[in-house]
Amino acid sequence: MSSNALTESGSAGRAGDKIFSTAAMVAGSLILFVLFCVAVFLVKESIPALTADPADLKGGVSFFTHIGALIIGTLIAAAIALLLATPVAVGVALFISHYAPRRLAQGLGYVVDLLAAIPSVIYGAWGVTVLAPALVPTYVWLAENAGWIPLFTGPASATGKTMLTAGIVLAVMIMPIITSLSREIFLQTPKLHEEAALALGATRWEMVRMAVLPFARPGIVSAVMLGLGRALGETMAIALVLSSGPMIASLIQSGNQTIAAEIALAFPESSGLQTNALFAAGLVLFIITLAVNMVARWIVARHKEFSGAN
Amino acid sequence: MTVTTEVRSRRSALTRNKLPNWAPWAVAAGALVVSAALLALAGFNVWGWAVLAAVLFVAANWAVSFAVEGARKAADRFATSLMFGAFIVALVPLVSVIWTVLANGIAGFSLDFLTSDMQGVRGRVDNATAAGESPLMGGIAHALAGTFLITLWASIISIPIGLLTAIYLVEYGRGGRLSRAITFFVDVMTGIPSIVAGLFAAGLFAVIAGPGFKAGIVGAVALSVLMIPVVVRSSEEMLKIVPNELREASYALGVRKWRTIVKVVIPTAISGIASGVTIAIARVIGETAPLIVTAGFVTRMNTNVFSDWMASLPAFIYYQILNPTSPTNPEPSTLRAWAAALVLIVLVMLLNLGARLIARIFAPKTGR
Repeated sequence: MSSNALTESGSAGRAGDKIFSTAAMVAGSLILFVLFCVAVFLVKESIPALTADPADLKGGVSFFTHIGALIIGTLIAAAIALLLATPVAVGVALFISHYAPRRLAQGLGYVVDLLAAIPSVIYGAWGVTVLAPALVPTYVWLAENAGWIPLFTGPASATGKTMLTAGIVLAVMIMPIITSLSREIFLQTPKLHEEAALALGATRWEMVRMAVLPFARPGIVSAVMLGLGRALGETMAIALVLSSGPMIASLIQSGNQTIAAEIALAFPESSGLQTNALFAAGLVLFIITLAVNMVARWIVARHKEFSGAN
Repeated sequence: MTVTTEVRSRRSALTRNKLPNWAPWAVAAGALVVSAALLALAGFNVWGWAVLAAVLFVAANWAVSFAVEGARKAADRFATSLMFGAFIVALVPLVSVIWTVLANGIAGFSLDFLTSDMQGVRGRVDNATAAGESPLMGGIAHALAGTFLITLWASIISIPIGLLTAIYLVEYGRGGRLSRAITFFVDVMTGIPSIVAGLFAAGLFAVIAGPGFKAGIVGAVALSVLMIPVVVRSSEEMLKIVPNELREASYALGVRKWRTIVKVVIPTAISGIASGVTIAIARVIGETAPLIVTAGFVTRMNTNVFSDWMASLPAFIYYQILNPTSPTNPEPSTLRAWAAALVLIVLVMLLNLGARLIARIFAPKTGR
């Protein structure tokens, strides 16, 4: 073979190419492998608890009875958080994108992003030291005047460490997340749609209702779903704020518990079958949040062509 | 009534039936006065006053506008008040959080707080502090070191994996089956609750090192499960916006693909990648839940991530509030928790600001 620079010089470079592309592919596959491992480990560690005799488990009830109460607690906390946070978050996002003076708007958007970055343990600490005591008079009032509603049955907790407080802390936590996601979508509304609406004589609110909201609806839904995913999996705020107990309907007494908080509180001191039960609880939480996130992505994907949500 | 006559005197069709600019302010002042008067009868308190005045203002503003400007304008004003209202309602708790951290944090903060650990600080010491006999003892040196080391190891694990995955997705995958699967599962990973990531790491090391094994590295693995998807997503976005002309120019000069990626594509996108990585670090540095199930908690310094339990800043805050050092006098512990929270918030904010700065400094020069 003749020594041709074009065909020969490449051996070193070709090896580099091979190594690099293989490394990239391995890294990518590693992620799939890790996720596969997450599922496998959770299932493997859960099985003993799922098949155990109820008498060996905490409280002497079967795992499914135990986890049922926790799932309901998790859903209650997340529902309170979403009910409180969604209207406010969408309002704030609209305020920043369409109502605030432009010079203020950019700074506000930045502040919201920073607030979304505050660690959850700090929100939890705030909830238990500031918010809970501050809410006690309200709870007492609610128990006296609205006690006939099952949700507000007295006697109100004297510490304020209740499900409602936990839900409010969660709402405060997920609000910046929903705000910053929906703000981005509101800003993507085609300027021409907005101007067309205004040119037809619409007021600002009519413009928002006719041009901005229809465009952003799937985006808002997915932002709320992501907030829901965060609320379901949130641990620290609940673990610190809620004084847990058996399942009750009243939101202003101590009681109820969520999956994530139960794991965080019980795991450090658990052993044997109890650890397995906590792994199983984690598996259930994983499946729930997975389902919520999948639905969110499905909604976004379905409306991809028509909106700015992708 | 005076309002309408003044408008009529201008006799312009364009400004007719329009409230002057000062009208909302007048309504607001009226609402404040009326609600103060109402509350004076029932017993005055500031919060009640603010809420009542706000409700009165929204209602009165709508009514005045409805009478003068018609239903559509009134609805517009009503919506505007609601937006401003939402903003103020959102501000109250957030300002309260920041204020609490600042006020309590500064009270508990000192230089000693940063340089000492919690060894020897027991209930008796805190009781003395609470009785005013000694200054606040103890500190977060061990927790700071733990947070730094765990986050460092999490970054060492997740940055190469995340970056290489992003490179695979953008440069090699080309929408194939593997790259679609990776994209999908990275999305799934983004939604993993942090406590589940902690459980996974605990389960993994229970198999490798025996049940109950807790160390800094377990926490680092848990954090990297949370960090990898963030790094992949942000790097992918950044690599995607590198113009194809740059790659083609490089190939045309006979440069190998991997050299093109390393020397052309990554340097062009480095500002975005670096700021994305910084944001990812800021996100995991405050994670508590995975660390309390994986790294344990101790009161003394431990700089070896591969053995023994390790403290971290978020876990320090959590345990100081949940289990005060002195159960009878929790105030010193709460004070320490707030000071640690202040340090943590400052760290997170600095990382976020750093990300913005990096993005600006390393942005590719456009030559114009």
